[in-house]
Amino acid sequence: MSSTISQSGPPVVEVAALTRAFASRPAVAGVSFSLAAGECLALFGPNGAGKTTLLRVLAGLLKPTSGSARISGIPLPGGSLARSRVGLISHHTMLYDALSPRENVSFAARLYGVRDPRERVDSALRRMSMLERADTPVRSLSRGMQQRVSIARAMVHSPQIVLADEPYSGLDDSGARALTSLLRELLSAGTSIVIVTHNLSEGLSLATHAAVMNRGKFIRYESAARIDPATYATLYREALAAGG
Amino acid sequence: MGDIMSSAWLIARKDLAIEFRTRTAFLSAVVFALLGLVIFYFAWDPTAVTTTDLAPGVLWVIFTFSGLLGLHRSFGVEMADHAIDGILASPVSREAIFLGKCIANLVFVIAVQLIAIPALVVFYNLPLGTVAGPLLAIAVLAAIGLAAVGTLFSAMAVNTRLAELLLPMLALPFFVPIVIGAAQATAKLIGGRPVVEVAAWIKLLIAFDIVFVAACALAYPFTVED
Repeated sequence: MSSTISQSGPPVVEVAALTRAFASRPAVAGVSFSLAAGECLALFGPNGAGKTTLLRVLAGLLKPTSGSARISGIPLPGGSLARSRVGLISHHTMLYDALSPRENVSFAARLYGVRDPRERVDSALRRMSMLERADTPVRSLSRGMQQRVSIARAMVHSPQIVLADEPYSGLDDSGARALTSLLRELLSAGTSIVIVTHNLSEGLSLATHAAVMNRGKFIRYESAARIDPATYATLYREALAAGG
Repeated sequence: MGDIMSSAWLIARKDLAIEFRTRTAFLSAVVFALLGLVIFYFAWDPTAVTTTDLAPGVLWVIFTFSGLLGLHRSFGVEMADHAIDGILASPVSREAIFLGKCIANLVFVIAVQLIAIPALVVFYNLPLGTVAGPLLAIAVLAAIGLAAVGTLFSAMAVNTRLAELLLPMLALPFFVPIVIGAAQATAKLIGGRPVVEVAAWIKLLIAFDIVFVAACALAYPFTVED
C-alpha cells in the first residue's frame, strides 16, 4: 500500500516506491509517502518490519536499492547538504562513553558546522535537563540520561527534519515529557518528523500522519484527521493480522 | 579541501581525547613494545649477531605489531554505541572521516615510536649520533603508510566477529613493502652508512605514503556503504 497525502506546503521528505534489500530480502519494499514542513509521520509496526531500515535510508546511512527518497528535494543518498538538514535520534545513543555530554554534543555541533557551538551546546543540554551533568563522563550516566544527551546531540544543529527511532527508549516520565514537548515545539517551528515507536499513544500524540509497517510495506497509512487514538490500537492489530 | 582537513582534524582530536582519557591502547602498545625489545635482546646471542644488525629488524617488528593494537581500537571505539552512525549521518565527507582516523592513528604510532626508539637506543647501546634526525624522518614516513593502510583495514574488519584476527591478516601483507623500506634504511643508518645511501629508500617510502594515503582515502567510502 502506498499513499500520498495532501500537502500543506512543498514536501520536505519525499519517498517514492522506495525499496531497500539486503542480499535478496527486501527490508523496505515499495514504500511511498511525503511530508511537508511541520508534519509528523508516526511509524508503527512489529520488530523486523523495516522501520529502522527506512529511517537509515532517510538519514543517508543506507542507499536505496530502487525507488527514490528526497530530503528538501535532494535525492538520497545526497551529499553533505542533505545530511546537514537531518537530525537522527536512535535507540543507540551514538555517544562516546569516555567523553562528557558537553564534549559529545560539542563534537556533533562542530561536525554540523554550527556557529557559536558553545552556546548552542549549553542550550541543547539545558533543554534536556542535562546541563548540570554536562561535564560528567557519559559512561557514568544512566541509560535514560544518556538518551537525553543523545537527543541533545541530534538537535544541536536545529535540523529541518528529525528522524527518531524509538526515541523514548530508556527515558523516564520526565524525560519522555521533555522529549514530547521538544518534538511539539519543533513541529510548531516547521520541523518535519518521522518517529518510529511501539508506543501508539506517544506516536499518535505527535502525528499528523500514521503508518503501520509490516514486512517492509505500509499496510495502513492515514492522515491524523482520520486517526481516532481510542480505536487505533484495534486497527493496528487488525492491520497486522490482515497484512502480516 | 579546507573543509575536509578541518573536519578530519575535528575527528582526530576527538579520537585523541578519548585515547588520552582511557590510555588503554597506548599503554598496551608501549608495554608491548618495551617487552618486545627486552625479549628480542635476550633471545639473541650478542656474540653471534651484533646489536647493530639486530636492532633494525627488532624495531620494525615491534612498531608493526604495537601499531596494530591502536589501529584496531581506531574503529572499535566507534562501535560501542553505534557512534559511527552519528558521524556518517553528519555532513562530513567520508574522506574526511578516513583522514581524521588516519591522523589520530599516525599520532598514536609516532607516540609509541617516541618511547620505543630511545628505549631501543639504550637497550642495544646504539651509536645514533648524527643519524637520529634521518632515523626519525624514516620512522614518521613509515608511520604514515602504516596508519593509512591500518585505518582502512580497521574500518573493514571492525564489523566482523573476528576483527582482532582479521585486521593483522588483512593489513600485514600491505605493511610489508613499508616495513622492508624502513628496515633497510634504518639498518644502513645504524650501520654507519652515509645518509645519501638511504635516499632511495626514503623516496620509496614517500612514494608508498602518497599511493597508500590516496588509495585508502578513496577506498574508505566503500567500506561504510551497506
